[in-house]
Amino acid sequence: MYPYLYDRATGIPDAVHATAGARTTPTAAPAQFIAGGTQLVDLMKLGVIAPERLVDINGLTMTAIAVGPDGLRLGALVRMAELERHPDVRRDYPVLAETMALAASQQIRAMASLAGNTLQRTRCEYFRDTAWSECNKRTPGSGCAAIGGVTRKMAVLGTSDQCIATYPGDFAQALVALGAVVHTTTRTLPFEQLHGGADRPHIETVLEADELITGFVVPAGPWTKRSTYVKVRDRQSYAYGLATAAVALHVEGGIVRDARIGLGGVAYKPWRAHEAEAALHGKKLDEDSAIAAARAAFAGAKPHGENAFKIDLGQRTLVRALLQANRMEG
Amino acid sequence: MPPHDPKLNRRGLLASTVGVASLLPLTGKAQVPPPQTALPPDPSRPTMVALDINGQHNELALDSRTTLLDALRLHLGLTGTKKGCDHGQCGACTVMIDDKPALACLTLAVMVRGKVTTIEGLSPPGGALHPMQQAFIDQDAFQCGYCTSGQIMSGVACVKGGHAKTEADIREFMSGNLCRCAAYPHIVAAIQQAAPAMEG
Repeated sequence: MYPYLYDRATGIPDAVHATAGARTTPTAAPAQFIAGGTQLVDLMKLGVIAPERLVDINGLTMTAIAVGPDGLRLGALVRMAELERHPDVRRDYPVLAETMALAASQQIRAMASLAGNTLQRTRCEYFRDTAWSECNKRTPGSGCAAIGGVTRKMAVLGTSDQCIATYPGDFAQALVALGAVVHTTTRTLPFEQLHGGADRPHIETVLEADELITGFVVPAGPWTKRSTYVKVRDRQSYAYGLATAAVALHVEGGIVRDARIGLGGVAYKPWRAHEAEAALHGKKLDEDSAIAAARAAFAGAKPHGENAFKIDLGQRTLVRALLQANRMEG
Repeated sequence: MPPHDPKLNRRGLLASTVGVASLLPLTGKAQVPPPQTALPPDPSRPTMVALDINGQHNELALDSRTTLLDALRLHLGLTGTKKGCDHGQCGACTVMIDDKPALACLTLAVMVRGKVTTIEGLSPPGGALHPMQQAFIDQDAFQCGYCTSGQIMSGVACVKGGHAKTEADIREFMSGNLCRCAAYPHIVAAIQQAAPAMEG
Protein backbone atom coordinates (compact mmCIF):
# COMPACT_ATOMS: atom_id res chain seq x y z
CA MET A 1 0.00 0.00 0.00
CA TYR A 2 1.24 3.48 -0.83
CA PRO A 3 0.99 6.24 1.79
CA TYR A 4 -2.11 8.41 1.77
CA LEU A 5 -3.65 11.19 3.80
CA TYR A 6 -6.76 10.39 5.77
CA ASP A 7 -9.61 12.83 6.27
CA ARG A 8 -12.97 12.28 7.90
CA ALA A 9 -15.69 14.32 6.25
CA THR A 10 -18.11 16.04 8.61
CA GLY A 11 -20.70 16.85 5.95
CA ILE A 12 -21.43 16.39 2.26
CA PRO A 13 -19.88 19.76 1.20
CA ASP A 14 -16.74 18.80 3.08
CA ALA A 15 -16.57 15.38 1.38
CA VAL A 16 -17.19 16.79 -2.08
CA HIS A 17 -14.67 19.58 -1.62
CA ALA A 18 -11.97 17.12 -0.58
CA THR A 19 -12.35 15.15 -3.82
CA ALA A 20 -12.83 18.06 -6.24
CA GLY A 21 -10.47 19.04 -9.02
CA ALA A 22 -9.47 15.57 -10.22
CA ARG A 23 -8.71 15.46 -13.92
CA THR A 24 -9.05 11.70 -14.12
CA THR A 25 -11.80 9.12 -14.03
CA PRO A 26 -13.30 8.64 -10.54
CA THR A 27 -11.70 5.23 -10.11
CA ALA A 28 -8.24 6.69 -10.83
CA ALA A 29 -8.76 9.94 -8.91
CA PRO A 30 -6.15 10.81 -6.28
CA ALA A 31 -8.82 11.30 -3.63
CA GLN A 32 -11.24 8.44 -2.96
CA PHE A 33 -14.33 8.21 -0.80
CA ILE A 34 -14.23 5.34 1.68
CA ALA A 35 -17.18 3.84 3.58
CA GLY A 36 -17.04 0.12 4.45
CA GLY A 37 -13.59 -0.19 2.89
CA THR A 38 -14.10 -3.85 2.03
CA GLN A 39 -13.18 -3.22 -1.59
CA LEU A 40 -10.96 -0.15 -1.43
CA VAL A 41 -8.58 -1.53 1.19
CA ASP A 42 -8.35 -4.82 -0.70
CA LEU A 43 -7.53 -3.09 -4.00
CA MET A 44 -5.03 -0.79 -2.27
CA LYS A 45 -3.26 -3.81 -0.77
CA LEU A 46 -3.15 -5.40 -4.23
CA GLY A 47 -1.67 -2.21 -5.69
CA VAL A 48 -4.52 -1.92 -8.20
CA ILE A 49 -5.28 1.55 -6.88
CA ALA A 50 -3.06 3.97 -4.98
CA PRO A 51 -5.05 6.97 -3.78
CA GLU A 52 -3.20 9.90 -2.24
CA ARG A 53 -6.08 10.78 0.01
CA LEU A 54 -8.95 8.85 1.59
CA VAL A 55 -12.08 10.75 2.48
CA ASP A 56 -13.96 8.80 5.15
CA ILE A 57 -17.69 9.42 4.68
CA ASN A 58 -18.91 7.32 7.61
CA GLY A 59 -19.74 10.43 9.59
CA LEU A 60 -22.42 11.44 7.07
CA THR A 61 -26.05 10.71 7.81
CA MET A 62 -27.17 8.74 4.77
CA THR A 63 -28.14 5.72 6.83
CA ALA A 64 -31.93 5.40 6.69
CA ILE A 65 -34.22 2.77 5.19
CA ALA A 66 -37.74 4.12 4.65
CA VAL A 67 -40.64 2.17 3.13
CA GLY A 68 -43.47 4.40 1.94
CA PRO A 69 -46.43 4.25 -0.44
CA ASP A 70 -44.31 5.56 -3.33
CA GLY A 71 -41.48 3.19 -2.80
CA LEU A 72 -38.38 2.41 -0.85
CA ARG A 73 -35.71 4.96 0.02
CA LEU A 74 -32.27 3.67 0.86
CA GLY A 75 -29.44 5.80 2.21
CA ALA A 76 -26.08 5.31 0.56
CA LEU A 77 -24.47 4.28 3.85
CA VAL A 78 -27.01 1.64 4.81
CA ARG A 79 -25.00 -1.53 5.41
CA MET A 80 -25.79 -4.63 3.38
CA ALA A 81 -26.72 -6.59 6.51
CA GLU A 82 -29.26 -3.93 7.50
CA LEU A 83 -31.10 -4.23 4.20
CA GLU A 84 -30.89 -8.02 4.35
CA ARG A 85 -32.77 -8.24 7.64
CA HIS A 86 -35.20 -5.32 7.29
CA PRO A 87 -38.69 -6.84 7.80
CA ASP A 88 -40.56 -4.43 5.47
CA VAL A 89 -38.01 -4.96 2.71
CA ARG A 90 -38.22 -8.73 3.10
CA ARG A 91 -42.01 -8.54 2.86
CA ASP A 92 -42.47 -5.98 0.08
CA TYR A 93 -39.20 -6.18 -1.88
CA PRO A 94 -37.95 -9.74 -1.27
CA VAL A 95 -35.59 -9.66 -4.26
CA LEU A 96 -33.57 -6.88 -2.61
CA ALA A 97 -33.18 -8.73 0.68
CA GLU A 98 -32.29 -11.92 -1.18
CA THR A 99 -29.49 -10.26 -3.17
CA MET A 100 -28.04 -9.21 0.17
CA ALA A 101 -28.41 -12.58 1.88
CA LEU A 102 -26.69 -14.34 -1.04
CA ALA A 103 -23.82 -11.84 -1.32
CA ALA A 104 -20.33 -12.05 0.16
CA SER A 105 -19.93 -13.19 3.79
CA GLN A 106 -21.75 -11.99 6.90
CA GLN A 107 -18.71 -10.00 8.01
CA ILE A 108 -18.50 -8.17 4.68
CA ARG A 109 -22.25 -7.57 4.67
CA ALA A 110 -21.97 -6.02 8.13
CA MET A 111 -19.27 -3.64 6.89
CA ALA A 112 -20.07 -2.78 3.27
CA SER A 113 -22.32 0.14 2.27
CA LEU A 114 -25.05 -0.11 -0.37
CA ALA A 115 -23.54 2.63 -2.54
CA GLY A 116 -20.10 1.06 -2.36
CA ASN A 117 -21.64 -2.26 -3.27
CA THR A 118 -23.15 -0.91 -6.49
CA LEU A 119 -19.71 0.48 -7.43
CA GLN A 120 -18.01 -2.84 -6.83
CA ARG A 121 -15.26 -3.44 -9.36
CA THR A 122 -14.77 -6.54 -11.42
CA ARG A 123 -13.17 -9.69 -10.01
CA CYS A 124 -11.39 -10.30 -13.34
CA GLU A 125 -8.03 -11.80 -12.34
CA TYR A 126 -6.25 -9.80 -15.03
CA PHE A 127 -7.59 -6.59 -13.49
CA ARG A 128 -6.80 -7.56 -9.89
CA ASP A 129 -3.29 -8.90 -10.52
CA THR A 130 -0.98 -6.06 -11.52
CA ALA A 131 1.56 -8.55 -12.87
CA TRP A 132 -0.61 -8.50 -16.00
CA SER A 133 0.35 -5.32 -17.82
CA GLU A 134 -2.57 -5.55 -20.26
CA CYS A 135 -5.80 -4.32 -18.75
CA ASN A 136 -7.86 -1.59 -20.35
CA LYS A 137 -9.70 -1.02 -17.09
CA ARG A 138 -6.56 -0.52 -15.01
CA THR A 139 -4.33 1.03 -17.67
CA PRO A 140 -6.37 2.57 -20.51
CA GLY A 141 -5.17 1.48 -23.93
CA SER A 142 -2.94 -1.32 -22.64
CA GLY A 143 -5.04 -4.13 -24.09
CA CYS A 144 -6.98 -7.01 -22.55
CA ALA A 145 -5.14 -10.05 -21.25
CA ALA A 146 -8.44 -11.81 -20.59
CA ILE A 147 -9.28 -12.06 -24.28
CA GLY A 148 -7.46 -15.24 -25.24
CA GLY A 149 -6.67 -15.93 -21.58
CA VAL A 150 -8.56 -17.88 -18.94
CA THR A 151 -12.13 -16.86 -19.64
CA ARG A 152 -14.33 -19.16 -17.55
CA LYS A 153 -15.69 -16.34 -15.36
CA MET A 154 -15.81 -13.63 -18.02
CA ALA A 155 -18.97 -12.02 -19.38
CA VAL A 156 -21.00 -13.05 -22.43
CA LEU A 157 -23.31 -10.02 -22.61
CA GLY A 158 -22.30 -6.41 -23.16
CA THR A 159 -18.61 -7.09 -23.78
CA SER A 160 -16.36 -5.44 -26.36
CA ASP A 161 -12.98 -6.10 -27.96
CA GLN A 162 -11.63 -3.86 -25.17
CA CYS A 163 -12.93 -5.74 -22.14
CA ILE A 164 -14.85 -8.92 -21.30
CA ALA A 165 -14.89 -8.54 -17.49
CA THR A 166 -17.96 -9.46 -15.47
CA TYR A 167 -19.77 -7.10 -13.13
CA PRO A 168 -19.59 -8.98 -9.82
CA GLY A 169 -22.42 -7.61 -7.65
CA ASP A 170 -25.89 -8.91 -6.82
CA PHE A 171 -27.81 -5.89 -5.46
CA ALA A 172 -27.41 -3.98 -8.74
CA GLN A 173 -29.30 -6.64 -10.69
CA ALA A 174 -32.30 -6.12 -8.43
CA LEU A 175 -31.98 -2.35 -8.77
CA VAL A 176 -31.98 -2.45 -12.58
CA ALA A 177 -34.90 -4.88 -12.57
CA LEU A 178 -36.97 -2.70 -10.23
CA GLY A 179 -36.20 0.50 -12.17
CA ALA A 180 -34.45 2.15 -9.22
CA VAL A 181 -33.21 5.73 -9.25
CA VAL A 182 -29.82 6.92 -7.95
CA HIS A 183 -29.49 10.19 -6.07
CA THR A 184 -26.10 11.88 -6.05
CA THR A 185 -24.83 15.14 -4.66
CA THR A 186 -25.57 16.81 -8.00
CA ARG A 187 -28.32 14.90 -9.80
CA THR A 188 -30.82 12.08 -10.02
CA LEU A 189 -30.53 9.39 -12.66
CA PRO A 190 -31.95 5.96 -13.48
CA PHE A 191 -29.79 3.25 -11.91
CA GLU A 192 -29.66 1.57 -15.31
CA GLN A 193 -27.64 4.56 -16.58
CA LEU A 194 -25.10 4.57 -13.75
CA HIS A 195 -22.65 2.06 -15.20
CA GLY A 196 -20.73 2.66 -18.42
CA GLY A 197 -20.22 0.29 -21.33
CA ALA A 198 -17.33 -1.96 -22.34
CA ASP A 199 -16.28 0.33 -25.18
CA ARG A 200 -14.54 2.51 -22.57
CA PRO A 201 -13.60 0.05 -19.83
CA HIS A 202 -11.70 2.54 -17.66
CA ILE A 203 -14.80 4.72 -17.28
CA GLU A 204 -16.91 2.50 -15.08
CA THR A 205 -19.71 4.88 -14.17
CA VAL A 206 -21.06 8.25 -15.24
CA LEU A 207 -20.13 9.70 -11.83
CA GLU A 208 -17.65 12.55 -11.47
CA ALA A 209 -14.70 12.17 -9.09
CA ASP A 210 -16.29 14.55 -6.59
CA GLU A 211 -19.83 13.24 -7.00
CA LEU A 212 -21.13 11.16 -4.16
CA ILE A 213 -24.06 8.75 -4.27
CA THR A 214 -26.42 9.79 -1.47
CA GLY A 215 -29.07 7.13 -1.87
CA PHE A 216 -31.42 5.06 -3.99
CA VAL A 217 -35.17 5.12 -4.53
CA VAL A 218 -36.92 1.93 -5.58
CA PRO A 219 -40.37 2.82 -6.91
CA ALA A 220 -43.35 0.88 -5.61
CA GLY A 221 -45.16 -1.29 -8.13
CA PRO A 222 -47.42 -4.31 -8.37
CA TRP A 223 -44.35 -6.46 -9.17
CA THR A 224 -42.18 -5.83 -6.09
CA LYS A 225 -43.69 -8.50 -3.81
CA ARG A 226 -43.55 -11.23 -6.41
CA SER A 227 -39.81 -10.93 -6.81
CA THR A 228 -36.85 -13.18 -6.25
CA TYR A 229 -33.14 -13.63 -6.88
CA VAL A 230 -31.53 -16.83 -8.09
CA LYS A 231 -27.74 -17.08 -7.85
CA VAL A 232 -25.84 -20.02 -9.29
CA ARG A 233 -22.23 -20.32 -8.20
CA ASP A 234 -19.35 -22.76 -7.81
CA ARG A 235 -20.12 -23.35 -4.13
CA GLN A 236 -23.22 -22.95 -2.03
CA SER A 237 -22.20 -19.83 -0.18
CA TYR A 238 -19.69 -16.97 -0.26
CA ALA A 239 -18.90 -17.01 -3.97
CA TYR A 240 -19.50 -14.70 -6.90
CA GLY A 241 -22.32 -15.67 -9.21
CA LEU A 242 -21.60 -17.55 -12.41
CA ALA A 243 -25.13 -16.72 -13.51
CA THR A 244 -27.76 -14.82 -11.55
CA ALA A 245 -31.24 -13.51 -12.22
CA ALA A 246 -33.32 -10.93 -10.39
CA VAL A 247 -36.96 -11.20 -11.39
CA ALA A 248 -40.07 -9.22 -10.45
CA LEU A 249 -43.48 -10.08 -11.88
CA HIS A 250 -46.89 -8.50 -12.09
CA VAL A 251 -49.27 -11.33 -12.94
CA GLU A 252 -53.03 -10.92 -13.30
CA GLY A 253 -55.31 -13.86 -14.04
CA GLY A 254 -52.30 -15.95 -14.96
CA ILE A 255 -51.14 -13.39 -17.54
CA VAL A 256 -47.88 -11.46 -17.21
CA ARG A 257 -48.68 -7.73 -17.11
CA ASP A 258 -45.14 -6.73 -16.33
CA ALA A 259 -41.91 -8.67 -16.07
CA ARG A 260 -38.72 -7.07 -14.82
CA ILE A 261 -35.47 -8.90 -15.22
CA GLY A 262 -31.89 -8.15 -14.20
CA LEU A 263 -29.05 -10.53 -15.03
CA GLY A 264 -25.68 -10.93 -13.34
CA GLY A 265 -22.56 -13.08 -13.47
CA VAL A 266 -22.92 -13.14 -17.25
CA ALA A 267 -22.74 -9.46 -18.18
CA TYR A 268 -20.27 -6.60 -18.31
CA LYS A 269 -22.52 -4.39 -16.23
CA PRO A 270 -25.77 -4.75 -14.28
CA TRP A 271 -27.91 -6.03 -17.13
CA ARG A 272 -31.55 -5.41 -17.73
CA ALA A 273 -32.97 -8.02 -20.08
CA HIS A 274 -35.47 -5.84 -21.95
CA GLU A 275 -35.91 -8.40 -24.75
CA ALA A 276 -36.88 -11.12 -22.29
CA GLU A 277 -39.29 -8.75 -20.53
CA ALA A 278 -40.97 -7.94 -23.86
CA ALA A 279 -41.18 -11.63 -24.75
CA LEU A 280 -43.20 -12.34 -21.60
CA HIS A 281 -45.54 -9.38 -21.81
CA GLY A 282 -49.18 -10.49 -22.11
CA LYS A 283 -48.22 -14.19 -22.00
CA LYS A 284 -49.06 -16.96 -19.59
CA LEU A 285 -45.91 -17.75 -17.65
CA ASP A 286 -45.00 -21.40 -17.98
CA GLU A 287 -41.86 -23.33 -18.75
CA ASP A 288 -42.19 -22.77 -22.51
CA SER A 289 -42.66 -19.01 -22.31
CA ALA A 290 -39.89 -18.76 -19.71
CA ILE A 291 -37.51 -20.63 -22.01
CA ALA A 292 -38.47 -18.37 -24.91
CA ALA A 293 -37.81 -15.31 -22.77
CA ALA A 294 -34.45 -16.68 -21.67
CA ARG A 295 -33.50 -17.30 -25.31
CA ALA A 296 -34.38 -13.71 -26.10
CA ALA A 297 -32.24 -12.50 -23.19
CA PHE A 298 -29.16 -14.31 -24.49
CA ALA A 299 -29.77 -13.86 -28.24
CA GLY A 300 -26.92 -11.36 -28.41
CA ALA A 301 -24.54 -13.31 -26.14
CA LYS A 302 -20.95 -13.71 -27.28
CA PRO A 303 -18.83 -16.54 -25.88
CA HIS A 304 -15.07 -16.40 -25.40
CA GLY A 305 -13.86 -20.00 -25.19
CA GLU A 306 -14.34 -21.48 -21.72
CA ASN A 307 -17.18 -19.16 -20.70
CA ALA A 308 -19.53 -20.47 -23.42
CA PHE A 309 -21.31 -22.55 -20.74
CA LYS A 310 -22.66 -19.32 -19.27
CA ILE A 311 -25.02 -18.85 -22.19
CA ASP A 312 -26.82 -22.08 -21.32
CA LEU A 313 -26.44 -21.65 -17.55
CA GLY A 314 -27.67 -18.07 -17.73
CA GLN A 315 -30.82 -19.13 -19.57
CA ARG A 316 -31.53 -21.95 -17.12
CA THR A 317 -30.98 -19.58 -14.19
CA LEU A 318 -33.46 -17.11 -15.62
CA VAL A 319 -36.03 -19.83 -16.29
CA ARG A 320 -35.75 -21.03 -12.70
CA ALA A 321 -36.09 -17.49 -11.34
CA LEU A 322 -39.15 -16.77 -13.49
CA LEU A 323 -40.94 -19.97 -12.48
CA GLN A 324 -39.98 -19.45 -8.84
CA ALA A 325 -41.31 -15.87 -8.83
CA ASN A 326 -44.49 -16.98 -10.58
CA ARG A 327 -45.24 -19.34 -7.68
CA MET A 328 -44.95 -16.51 -5.14
CA GLU A 329 -47.88 -14.48 -3.89
CA GLY A 330 -48.19 -11.11 -5.55
CA MET B 1 7.67 12.89 15.89
CA PRO B 2 4.56 15.03 16.34
CA PRO B 3 1.36 13.38 15.21
CA HIS B 4 -0.24 14.40 11.97
CA ASP B 5 -3.40 16.34 12.66
CA PRO B 6 -6.00 15.03 10.21
CA LYS B 7 -7.82 18.35 10.34
CA LEU B 8 -4.74 20.24 9.18
CA ASN B 9 -4.99 19.82 5.44
CA ARG B 10 -3.39 21.58 2.54
CA ARG B 11 -6.06 24.25 2.39
CA GLY B 12 -5.69 25.00 6.10
CA LEU B 13 -1.93 25.27 5.81
CA LEU B 14 -2.11 27.57 2.82
CA ALA B 15 -4.65 29.79 4.54
CA SER B 16 -2.62 30.04 7.73
CA THR B 17 0.58 30.82 5.79
CA VAL B 18 -1.11 33.62 3.89
CA GLY B 19 -2.43 34.96 7.18
CA VAL B 20 1.04 35.06 8.71
CA ALA B 21 2.54 36.73 5.64
CA SER B 22 -0.07 39.49 5.61
CA LEU B 23 0.74 40.42 9.19
CA LEU B 24 4.42 41.02 8.41
CA PRO B 25 5.40 44.62 7.77
CA LEU B 26 6.56 45.01 4.20
CA THR B 27 9.69 46.96 5.11
CA GLY B 28 12.17 44.76 3.30
CA LYS B 29 14.57 45.02 6.28
CA ALA B 30 16.94 42.20 7.05
CA GLN B 31 15.27 41.17 10.30
CA VAL B 32 12.12 40.11 8.45
CA PRO B 33 12.19 36.31 8.41
CA PRO B 34 12.14 34.65 5.03
CA PRO B 35 8.59 33.86 3.86
CA GLN B 36 7.34 30.50 5.02
CA THR B 37 6.81 27.90 2.39
CA ALA B 38 3.66 25.86 2.93
CA LEU B 39 4.71 22.25 3.15
CA PRO B 40 2.17 19.76 1.88
CA PRO B 41 0.88 17.43 4.59
CA ASP B 42 3.11 14.39 4.78
CA PRO B 43 1.26 11.07 4.61
CA SER B 44 4.28 9.23 5.96
CA ARG B 45 3.96 10.98 9.33
CA PRO B 46 2.01 9.02 11.94
CA THR B 47 -1.53 9.85 12.91
CA MET B 48 -2.87 9.69 16.45
CA VAL B 49 -5.45 6.94 16.64
CA ALA B 50 -7.70 6.34 19.64
CA LEU B 51 -8.91 2.75 19.96
CA ASP B 52 -11.30 1.33 22.52
CA ILE B 53 -10.33 -2.33 22.72
CA ASN B 54 -12.04 -4.70 25.16
CA GLY B 55 -13.03 -1.75 27.34
CA GLN B 56 -9.55 -0.27 27.44
CA HIS B 57 -8.70 3.07 25.90
CA ASN B 58 -5.55 3.14 23.77
CA GLU B 59 -3.84 5.98 21.96
CA LEU B 60 -1.39 5.02 19.30
CA ALA B 61 0.68 6.95 16.78
CA LEU B 62 0.13 4.91 13.62
CA ASP B 63 0.85 5.11 9.93
CA SER B 64 -2.57 5.80 8.42
CA ARG B 65 -2.23 2.58 6.42
CA THR B 66 -2.23 0.41 9.55
CA THR B 67 -5.15 -1.99 9.64
CA LEU B 68 -7.00 -2.70 12.85
CA LEU B 69 -5.54 -6.21 12.61
CA ASP B 70 -1.95 -4.95 12.62
CA ALA B 71 -2.75 -2.40 15.33
CA LEU B 72 -4.05 -5.23 17.53
CA ARG B 73 -1.27 -7.69 16.85
CA LEU B 74 1.80 -5.53 16.35
CA HIS B 75 1.07 -2.44 18.44
CA LEU B 76 -1.09 -3.75 21.29
CA GLY B 77 0.22 -7.30 21.61
CA LEU B 78 -3.27 -8.75 21.20
CA THR B 79 -2.27 -11.69 19.04
CA GLY B 80 -5.43 -13.73 19.56
CA THR B 81 -6.86 -12.21 16.40
CA LYS B 82 -5.17 -14.00 13.51
CA LYS B 83 -3.95 -12.91 10.11
CA GLY B 84 -4.87 -15.44 7.45
CA CYS B 85 -5.36 -14.09 3.95
CA ASP B 86 -5.20 -10.37 4.87
CA HIS B 87 -7.75 -9.75 2.08
CA GLY B 88 -11.08 -10.35 3.77
CA GLN B 89 -11.56 -13.84 2.39
CA CYS B 90 -10.82 -16.21 5.29
CA GLY B 91 -12.42 -14.64 8.38
CA ALA B 92 -9.52 -15.47 10.73
CA CYS B 93 -9.32 -11.79 11.79
CA THR B 94 -13.02 -11.43 12.69
CA VAL B 95 -13.62 -9.06 15.62
CA MET B 96 -16.64 -7.09 16.79
CA ILE B 97 -16.99 -3.35 16.44
CA ASP B 98 -20.00 -2.11 18.41
CA ASP B 99 -21.22 -5.72 18.52
CA LYS B 100 -21.16 -6.05 14.73
CA PRO B 101 -18.76 -8.48 13.08
CA ALA B 102 -15.88 -6.86 11.20
CA LEU B 103 -12.85 -8.09 9.32
CA ALA B 104 -9.92 -6.43 11.09
CA CYS B 105 -7.71 -6.87 8.00
CA LEU B 106 -9.97 -4.66 5.86
CA THR B 107 -10.58 -2.11 8.62
CA LEU B 108 -8.22 0.84 8.75
CA ALA B 109 -7.38 1.57 12.39
CA VAL B 110 -7.65 5.30 11.78
CA MET B 111 -11.31 4.84 10.78
CA VAL B 112 -12.44 2.93 13.87
CA ARG B 113 -14.83 4.90 16.09
CA GLY B 114 -16.69 2.11 17.89
CA LYS B 115 -15.88 -0.25 20.71
CA VAL B 116 -13.78 -3.18 19.56
CA THR B 117 -14.12 -6.63 21.11
CA THR B 118 -11.50 -9.24 20.31
CA ILE B 119 -11.24 -12.87 21.41
CA GLU B 120 -9.26 -11.64 24.45
CA GLY B 121 -12.26 -9.56 25.56
CA LEU B 122 -14.92 -12.23 25.17
CA SER B 123 -14.70 -13.42 28.76
CA PRO B 124 -13.36 -11.56 31.80
CA PRO B 125 -9.73 -12.23 32.78
CA GLY B 126 -9.59 -15.15 35.17
CA GLY B 127 -13.33 -15.72 34.84
CA ALA B 128 -15.27 -18.52 33.21
CA LEU B 129 -14.92 -18.98 29.48
CA HIS B 130 -17.63 -17.56 27.22
CA PRO B 131 -20.17 -20.31 26.41
CA MET B 132 -18.94 -20.28 22.80
CA GLN B 133 -15.31 -20.78 23.87
CA GLN B 134 -16.34 -23.62 26.19
CA ALA B 135 -18.43 -25.21 23.43
CA PHE B 136 -15.48 -25.17 21.02
CA ILE B 137 -13.43 -27.09 23.62
CA ASP B 138 -16.26 -29.50 24.47
CA GLN B 139 -17.03 -30.26 20.83
CA ASP B 140 -13.39 -30.48 19.71
CA ALA B 141 -14.21 -27.78 17.16
CA PHE B 142 -10.66 -27.15 16.00
CA GLN B 143 -7.53 -28.95 15.00
CA CYS B 144 -4.67 -26.53 14.31
CA GLY B 145 -6.60 -23.69 15.96
CA TYR B 146 -5.50 -20.92 13.63
CA CYS B 147 -8.99 -19.99 12.47
CA THR B 148 -10.57 -20.59 15.89
CA SER B 149 -10.61 -17.01 17.22
CA GLY B 150 -12.42 -15.85 14.11
CA GLN B 151 -14.77 -18.86 14.20
CA ILE B 152 -15.68 -18.11 17.81
CA MET B 153 -16.29 -14.42 17.13
CA SER B 154 -18.52 -15.28 14.14
CA GLY B 155 -20.19 -18.02 16.19
CA VAL B 156 -21.16 -15.44 18.81
CA ALA B 157 -22.55 -13.16 16.08
CA CYS B 158 -24.40 -16.14 14.59
CA VAL B 159 -26.27 -16.84 17.83
CA LYS B 160 -26.86 -13.16 18.70
CA GLY B 161 -28.26 -12.48 15.23
CA GLY B 162 -30.67 -15.40 15.44
CA HIS B 163 -28.94 -17.43 12.72
CA ALA B 164 -28.36 -20.57 14.79
CA LYS B 165 -31.85 -22.07 14.40
CA THR B 166 -30.88 -24.82 11.97
CA GLU B 167 -27.67 -26.46 10.83
CA ALA B 168 -28.20 -24.97 7.35
CA ASP B 169 -28.56 -21.47 8.82
CA ILE B 170 -25.38 -21.90 10.83
CA ARG B 171 -23.43 -23.16 7.83
CA GLU B 172 -24.63 -20.26 5.69
CA PHE B 173 -23.81 -17.65 8.33
CA MET B 174 -20.39 -19.16 9.02
CA SER B 175 -19.34 -19.37 5.35
CA GLY B 176 -17.03 -16.37 5.75
CA ASN B 177 -14.83 -18.30 8.17
CA LEU B 178 -12.65 -20.87 6.46
CA CYS B 179 -11.14 -23.82 8.32
CA ARG B 180 -8.31 -25.50 6.44
CA CYS B 181 -8.54 -28.49 8.79
CA ALA B 182 -12.22 -28.79 7.83
CA ALA B 183 -13.50 -29.03 11.40
CA TYR B 184 -16.82 -27.73 10.11
CA PRO B 185 -19.15 -30.43 11.57
CA HIS B 186 -17.66 -29.83 15.03
CA ILE B 187 -17.87 -26.05 14.62
CA VAL B 188 -21.59 -26.39 13.82
CA ALA B 189 -22.00 -28.66 16.87
CA ALA B 190 -20.21 -26.12 19.08
CA ILE B 191 -22.51 -23.32 17.96
CA GLN B 192 -25.52 -25.54 18.57
CA GLN B 193 -24.24 -26.26 22.07
CA ALA B 194 -23.52 -22.61 22.86
CA ALA B 195 -26.77 -21.19 21.49
CA PRO B 196 -29.10 -22.21 24.37
CA ALA B 197 -26.44 -21.30 26.94
CA MET B 198 -26.08 -17.81 25.41
CA GLU B 199 -29.81 -17.28 25.03
CA GLY B 200 -30.66 -18.67 28.46
